[in-house]
Amino acid sequence: MSTNGKPKFSMYWAASCGGCEISVLNIHEKILEVDANFEVVFWPVAMDSKYKDLEAMEDNSILLTLFNGGIRNDENEEIARLLRKKTQIMVAFGSCATEGGIPGLGNLGTMKSIFDTAYFGVSTENPEQIYPKTSFESQFGQLHLPKMYPVLRTLDQVVPVDYFMPGCPPEPHQIGAVIDLVIQVLNGKAELPPKGSVIGAGTSTVCDECKRTRTEKKIKKFMRIQDVERIDPEICLFDQGIPCNGPATSSGCDARCPAVGAQCIGCYGPAGGVIDYGARLMSAFASVIDSNDPDEIESILESIPDPAGQFYRFNLAKSLLRSSKYAWKGE
Amino acid sequence: MGEKIGVYVCHCGSNIAGVVDVEEVARWAKEKFPEVTVSRDYKFMCSSPGQELIENDIKDLGLTRVVVAACSPHLHEKTFRGACQRAGLNPYFFEMASIREQVAWVTKDKLQATIKSKALVDGAIRRVINHESLEPIKVDITADTLIVGGGVAGIQAALEIADSGSHVILVEREPSIGGHMAQFDKTFPTLDCSACILTPKMFDIGNHPNITLLTWSEVESVDGYVGNFEIKIRKKARMVIEDLCTGCLVCQEKCPKRVIDDVYEVGMAKRKAIYVPFPQAVPNKPVLDTENCTFFQTGKCQVCQKVCPTGAIDYEQKDQLLEFKVGNIILATGYDLFDARRIPQYGYGKLPNVITSLEFERLTNASGPTNGEILLADGRKPETIAVVHCVGSRDKNYNEYCSSICCMQSLKFAHLAREKTGAQVYNFYIDIRTPQKDYEEFYNRILDEGTLFIRGKVGEITNIPRTAEEEGKLIVQAFDTLAGIQRRIPVDLVILSAALEPRSDSVEVGKLFGIACGAQGWMIERHPKLDPVATMTEGVFIAGCAQGPKDIPASVSQGAAAAARVISKIQQGQVLLEPIRASIDENRCSGCRICNNLCPFTAITFDEIKEVSSVNVALCQGCGTCVAACPAGAISGTHYSDKQILSQIEGILDPALQLSK
Repeated sequence: MSTNGKPKFSMYWAASCGGCEISVLNIHEKILEVDANFEVVFWPVAMDSKYKDLEAMEDNSILLTLFNGGIRNDENEEIARLLRKKTQIMVAFGSCATEGGIPGLGNLGTMKSIFDTAYFGVSTENPEQIYPKTSFESQFGQLHLPKMYPVLRTLDQVVPVDYFMPGCPPEPHQIGAVIDLVIQVLNGKAELPPKGSVIGAGTSTVCDECKRTRTEKKIKKFMRIQDVERIDPEICLFDQGIPCNGPATSSGCDARCPAVGAQCIGCYGPAGGVIDYGARLMSAFASVIDSNDPDEIESILESIPDPAGQFYRFNLAKSLLRSSKYAWKGE
Repeated sequence: MGEKIGVYVCHCGSNIAGVVDVEEVARWAKEKFPEVTVSRDYKFMCSSPGQELIENDIKDLGLTRVVVAACSPHLHEKTFRGACQRAGLNPYFFEMASIREQVAWVTKDKLQATIKSKALVDGAIRRVINHESLEPIKVDITADTLIVGGGVAGIQAALEIADSGSHVILVEREPSIGGHMAQFDKTFPTLDCSACILTPKMFDIGNHPNITLLTWSEVESVDGYVGNFEIKIRKKARMVIEDLCTGCLVCQEKCPKRVIDDVYEVGMAKRKAIYVPFPQAVPNKPVLDTENCTFFQTGKCQVCQKVCPTGAIDYEQKDQLLEFKVGNIILATGYDLFDARRIPQYGYGKLPNVITSLEFERLTNASGPTNGEILLADGRKPETIAVVHCVGSRDKNYNEYCSSICCMQSLKFAHLAREKTGAQVYNFYIDIRTPQKDYEEFYNRILDEGTLFIRGKVGEITNIPRTAEEEGKLIVQAFDTLAGIQRRIPVDLVILSAALEPRSDSVEVGKLFGIACGAQGWMIERHPKLDPVATMTEGVFIAGCAQGPKDIPASVSQGAAAAARVISKIQQGQVLLEPIRASIDENRCSGCRICNNLCPFTAITFDEIKEVSSVNVALCQGCGTCVAACPAGAISGTHYSDKQILSQIEGILDPALQLSK
């Protein structure tokens, strides 16, 4: 297919919202450098290409694939395996591919509960009681729909992944930096980091990039940001009782959310060395509760209204537990 | 991995082998792990031949790691680490799987027990592969010792250590040392006078050049670790300048305010607002009770200041915070007496002639409120007396344990009451327990004297008569289990032998010193048989009733034993600490300061310039609190790294083990 001798690039969108794709476009004129240095061979959201074309390519003929989204159905998995076969450098791009992301929170419930919510929930008009099936007899013959899996898996739980690029979505300047790096590698001016590395992120935590002043932490009550009368612009949000995930979250985003007074929700994933992001955070939060009275501790903990969303918003599918027992068993 | 692992499965006689198929565990370990070079089972791994097995295998087979599946690490980790060390292997290349306490003793099913043992051994093998070579940390020991509690146990410990030439700081909450023993009249079974044998020791404490005595003081905080504790003591304001006070006690004599003495006289007599609790008090310097002092309450009086010949009264005195550095600590904080009001059917607190054991001690004491005469509330002499054993002890409603001293004490009461009043004494008991030297002989003596023993738990003590002869009496009702009948005995005086209970604040005090209390509240010893005065915290020892109910000889023995342990530590000069420490990776730390407040040893400091936290290795005790709390995973604990712990968990949860059914 390619004849111009440029290295080949592909990008794919599995179980995710599409924000990652937009974020790539958000690198502005740098996209021209992508075009100058790569031949885009497969990018369903940006160009017309068929799976058949992909299958026809030689193995390892694509240099770089940015794969965003988790693996939620058999189509996601099929393309992930296919791209892996065709690609030299496979990058899990964005939160969903690296850690499961928001769709990964579906792992708390069963497939049935997800379908019931989507097809029969209060916000859904469905008088014909349509329910998804994997095959359908139409006037043109039998049509097939992808089969949904009981749980969402991260990309590396399905195929080997070379690099992980966190973020929901990854920050444009980080995408730009990674593209620069790959171009430099192509020109022999730099070397790729060791396989399995996290790229496009910092080596420390969000706190490192956050300008707010921190003190010793003693928390009497956690407050949701909308419940705080006035957020002090200088003081650490956590110190103000706002449950900020910055201390456990990888740096790389320039602490954008805390800078404008919104707590870090952890989209850049665990800092290096953290094995279970949510467990780390829970342990840290529990450690700074300023009470020895079991009842008071209980009420302070209850001031976190949605623990799963607080501690595992992006990381559930990559956590040690990965999912609820029911979802895991496919019940 | 190129490790060569030796796995040793202990039978512990039949303790383990009776439930766990030890041969199978050993066979399986060798079959499953290629790294396992040798796997053996043996009758007693902790015996000399057992340890030699390990040593020889290390030397002959070149083992690089050792796993012993046996009892708990508390018991024998040191033993097996020693075996490794003797054979030239770093002792931290050893890991123990507890298949006695965690398996054999708690699992009945043989197959399940064997699978569970395999799981623990599996975890231990995977963990030990990830172990690192470590060297113990040596620190110097401060020779000074802190002793908390000036009862007989604390006194004994203080004198032993001070006599050996080391300095002691003895802290007592009350104005004088002496403890409960100072309240007693006679001691069983010899009936020698309690004060006569105790006061010389108290005097020695007060005059010993190696003892700093701080009464009316409490320990406020404890930092540091064995060899290097830093202690803050609150010396409460006495309102008396001790250096000026000569102990003439004119102030006490002239003080116009009388207050009920709830402590020393257990509410049976009054004291002054400025007072020493009893004539032999050490130090013989009064304390001013500001809550009851007329001057402090109304601003008028100041009699004590006017009469003091040396000008020692200082109404402006403030609490002082004193700081000390000590190497070891002995807790001899004693006991509280069971509050007999909790058993309403015994009428204590409502019926005037129902008294507790401690009240009787004061009543019969020559220096007590009646000068040693045993009198009823209305001043009459009792003609019949009941002594009730096990009040609040051996009773599931209150304390299940035996308070250990009540039988002997009740026999003593029977003797004293009879001797002084000629009254007929009835002892109501469940069982008589006289296990020490000369105790049974004392019991026989009391039987011979004519005290009547009724075997039965007292159901009720009432003043409501049913017959003419019960009129004006207290009626003690009990089911006599020997005669098989209900008895109602009319008496004039009832003495309740109340249980010994842990100090009401024993759990908090334990926390302050980093030691634990059991479910009932007694402080926990390191080992109930082999290490009864040490605790799980290095350098903190316990003695006397703080550890559990005991009589005077046992308290004295424990005081002396704890002192011997401390003296031995002082003589060693240095202590080897486990090299298990937390450390912070500066590059990963972003100074979120979540860990800053957590360290119980204040080992974490925050560098304001670098904006990172760091751990002081000398202060860190390796508890792991900060390791768990660090959200960035920047803190790691030696010997408890994520890799080590997770590999162990993976081993324990290996699904293949469940399939091996």
